Amino acid sequence: MSRPIQLVLRPERTGTPVAQDAFGVVAQPLTLGERAWNNGGLRKTLLLILLALLWEGYARWVNNPLLVPTFSATLQAFWEGISSGVLPGRTAYSVRVLLMGYSAGIALAALLTACAVSTRIGTDLLETLSSMFNPLPAIALLPLALLWFGLGNPSLMFVMVHSVLWPVALNTHSGFRAVSNTLRMVGQNCGLSGAGYIFKILIPAAFPSILTGLKIGWAFAWRTLIAAELVFGVSSGQGGLGWFIYENKNQLEVPSVFAGLFCVILIGLAVENLVFRNIELRTVRRWGMQT
Amino acid sequence: MSAGDGSGVLLDVRGVTLQYKTREHLVTATYRVDFQVHQADRFVLLGPSGCGKSTLLKAVGGYLTPVEGEIRLHGEAIRRPGPDRMMVFQEFDQLLPWKTVKENVTFALKSSGLLSGRAAEERAAHYIEKVGLTTFADAFPHTLSGGMKQRVAIARGMAMEPAILLMDEPFAALDALTRRKMQEELLQLWDETRFTVLFVTHSIPEAVTIGNRILLLSPHPGQVKAELNSLPPGDGNPAARQALEDRVHRMLFTDQVEEAHVRPAGRAS
Repeated sequence: MSRPIQLVLRPERTGTPVAQDAFGVVAQPLTLGERAWNNGGLRKTLLLILLALLWEGYARWVNNPLLVPTFSATLQAFWEGISSGVLPGRTAYSVRVLLMGYSAGIALAALLTACAVSTRIGTDLLETLSSMFNPLPAIALLPLALLWFGLGNPSLMFVMVHSVLWPVALNTHSGFRAVSNTLRMVGQNCGLSGAGYIFKILIPAAFPSILTGLKIGWAFAWRTLIAAELVFGVSSGQGGLGWFIYENKNQLEVPSVFAGLFCVILIGLAVENLVFRNIELRTVRRWGMQT
Repeated sequence: MSAGDGSGVLLDVRGVTLQYKTREHLVTATYRVDFQVHQADRFVLLGPSGCGKSTLLKAVGGYLTPVEGEIRLHGEAIRRPGPDRMMVFQEFDQLLPWKTVKENVTFALKSSGLLSGRAAEERAAHYIEKVGLTTFADAFPHTLSGGMKQRVAIARGMAMEPAILLMDEPFAALDALTRRKMQEELLQLWDETRFTVLFVTHSIPEAVTIGNRILLLSPHPGQVKAELNSLPPGDGNPAARQALEDRVHRMLFTDQVEEAHVRPAGRAS
């Protein structure tokens, strides 16, 4: 049997904190290199340059311009396409159709989500429809669209609305459902109801999910459009980017095919990094709802 | 100062039974609870978890309709949530994250149609100053500490100058030091403006500090066990305070105390 451990009795003590201005370094600015590396845009640009160099090197090594044109040849074809006015025209055409389909899809999604939020049967409807149609690729509907609407914009709109509607509606709905009960009660407490409640409480509170839905919808619409145009792009004597790619493939203008793809990628990057990124910075990041 | 039906009763809760449904059960939260809150009262609902105190507060807020009895404010039955009963919640996410501190306060004023434009701004600035957050007026909620968020929520509630301020364990999620500071600040605010507050807590010391009147509720379902007077604020007499806390403790835990008599080893709390 050993004695229990005794506590050691020590004298008390007090400290005198040094005033803040007495410290040498409290906050020191980072060096130029560190700050540059912290810039996401710069890091991504470096990556892009690296990828372009790899492409150029590989294409030179393969040395078969019919299969893999070099990056410089693609750039040249791209430049020629731009300066001749063909590529901007095709792009404008595609983007116009895209915006029409995208906004129609969003409007329908808003309608469907409004039904789902206000009634239980609406929720069931949205859940059933989206679980049925969300996994269905838009391209699979293309033959049907051709039958119903023929060649041309109505068919394109149909498949694009299909590819935008479900992801946007699903994300918006799940965003609404995730709005905390406290925030809902605060809204009611402030005397809000009906449309004011939806626009001033539900939509901003669900905005991170809504934005994700819009991003996914945009990407789906874009790829659906290009794919659909590849199948039957030409209508009323005008075609979009997909048709540009298809045309050049037929004429074995492979650098121009790559230039068309390059253009699709550029627009994708621009929309993601300029439009959506800025919306994000001004909203959800500023509000601390997303880090 | 309008005083209810002349007797000075502001909020009249009579025989209120509250029930709510979970996925499997119909739960009776309170059973025939009566109490009256007078003008400028700091009325505390105190009880262990499961005594329906928060549910009772939500019913006063208008989020829940009693299945029996009635709740009257200024003699009029409460039917729905409204800006005359502003609520301060326990959760930190009660502030709208997409609005700054000032906008959060003016939002309540504007969307309830109480004030607009400059008048709303001035009122908001006044109450933000009262809770000591003037330098943070343009900050977004996610940059604030928990205590500061609760101060904003209190400023928002007080700026509406409601008939009664409902507080649902507003300091429960704060650390102990901040909590004490906030209690003192709340009492100081009350000293300046003499608002009426209905305060829910499960902490006996908090109830004794905040309240001038304490309603003790028993759990499962909540029923009135006692209605006590608290000490005058700032009463420096620790013995009286201790005595009151002990008395409340005994009343809340009588069942356990009796048990302790049977089995001397057991100790309540």
